[in-house]
Amino acid sequence: MAEQASILAEHVSFTYEESETQTLKDVSLEIKPGEFVAILGHNGSGKSTLAKLLNALYLPTEGRVLVCGMDTAEDERIWDIRRRAGMIFQNPDNQLVATVVREDVAFGLENLGVPHGEMVERIDRALETVRMTAYADSAPHMLSGGQKQRVAIAGILAMAPSCILADEATAMLDPAGREEVLQTVRKLNREQGISVVWITHFMEEAAKADRVIVISDGEIALQGAPREVFKQVERMRELHLDVPHMTALAAELRKEGIPLREDLLTVEEMTEEVCALLCPSN
Amino acid sequence: MSIELRNVTHVYAEGSAFRSVALEDISLTIEDGEFLALVGHTGCGKSTLVQHLNGLLKPSSGQVLVDGQDLHGEHVNRRLLRMKVGLVFQYPEYQLFEETVAKDIAFGPKNMGLGADEIDRRVRSAMAQMHLDYQKYAERSPFELSGGQMRRVAIAGILAMEPQTLVLDEPTAGLDPHGRDRILGILRELHEKGTTIVMVSHSMDDVARLATRVAVMSHGKLIATGTPREVFSRQDMMENAGLRIPEAARLCQSLRQRGVPLPDGLFTLEELRTHLSALWREAHPC
Repeated sequence: MAEQASILAEHVSFTYEESETQTLKDVSLEIKPGEFVAILGHNGSGKSTLAKLLNALYLPTEGRVLVCGMDTAEDERIWDIRRRAGMIFQNPDNQLVATVVREDVAFGLENLGVPHGEMVERIDRALETVRMTAYADSAPHMLSGGQKQRVAIAGILAMAPSCILADEATAMLDPAGREEVLQTVRKLNREQGISVVWITHFMEEAAKADRVIVISDGEIALQGAPREVFKQVERMRELHLDVPHMTALAAELRKEGIPLREDLLTVEEMTEEVCALLCPSN
Repeated sequence: MSIELRNVTHVYAEGSAFRSVALEDISLTIEDGEFLALVGHTGCGKSTLVQHLNGLLKPSSGQVLVDGQDLHGEHVNRRLLRMKVGLVFQYPEYQLFEETVAKDIAFGPKNMGLGADEIDRRVRSAMAQMHLDYQKYAERSPFELSGGQMRRVAIAGILAMEPQTLVLDEPTAGLDPHGRDRILGILRELHEKGTTIVMVSHSMDDVARLATRVAVMSHGKLIATGTPREVFSRQDMMENAGLRIPEAARLCQSLRQRGVPLPDGLFTLEELRTHLSALWREAHPC
């Protein structure tokens, strides 16, 4: 039997109460165990709504969402679902509840009724994984944005999730904070096989995913490996999105007749391509 | 109009155990008509600095001179000087509160004691400058708008006070690429029409596209100022300040190291495109 999907959305539509239009229209997607999927879409495209449907914060108007095989519409499984698919939100200041870091990480476990000894062990391990052990007894409001997001991740991690959902978790951070949060999540993805749904406005973050899904007007407009998606420069711009700088430059240079690969993403790849064409030794 | 910071030091919680020096001996003149980008890692003092530009914060020592007048001097019309400098905070849309877009934008001019006609003129003009159609948006609730639109309403509220200098703290934070490009395009227009702009930014690519001058801060000190070309060619200095250079500048350096004959200090994608296609044509004449 094929391995069970981390998250499966089948023909999901969603309409907000009192709204006449559907925010999501017949969206189907599968997040495989261990997969890192980036979701892109302009403001108002429906991508945050989608994230909230993936851990039962919202329920589909039509279709269904399965988290590790559990239907999010089944009321009695809701805590189990949220434990398996933990969500990090955009604003680091809106998701820490306790006055001490350690207690914040404990919050979810207390609700699960985990025995004290095991709880301490899980909290320590989670804080160590996100490299926040030194701050275990600090007050969350004294931390930087990136550190707060890492504490939020530790809170999810302590619950032994199979999937992390991040809804623009780096949008309010500076470049250093963004890097530390993304690195932390990528490490969990690689080393523990936790699947990740990473909603972002930063194309360079999406470029590092296994797969990119582009949402527009409530529908999946494009999906595929980052290279396959980003090489469609014109299409991405029609969707009010961008492509990585090097992909955009390559597209411009191709118009000038320079035969560069159309799917390159990074400065390193661009350097190699240009050198192959222009370096004196070649 | 110039704004001059003269040896400005700012200390938070002086005399307590939490004393921290946010700005240390900063001297910087913002010249009429320039587009100055202020960059630096989180906690380097950028936001503290911009709050000195219109007198929201008072230096612990040193002076802030607006048009040569000490903002905190005696017998100075501080209110008048402060109105010349419009400050747009981070996430300014969080401060929208009125029932309609027009009322929200009118709030500042109303507080300035202007007459109804003048207020109306300013609201219309500010909306036009922010690319907000008056007919379409004036009577709508600001809270029904998209994030990017709300931010443009918030900036219009500052423009309606007709400041000579516009200071913006990370004006594109949290916006999608389209919303970001709209705001940056508008800032470019305002600058071209003569508004002096000071922009705090974490995006070196945005800075490369717009700024005429860059000031780099680190740990409360001003460590470099210069044109984008000068500043972005100093990769070590930037990295020591916890900053990256724009991707285009990194590509330029990486290609030069490999022997591609590009001039030093290219920092925009546009420049690289021009130079690389020239090199290609040279190597492959038709």
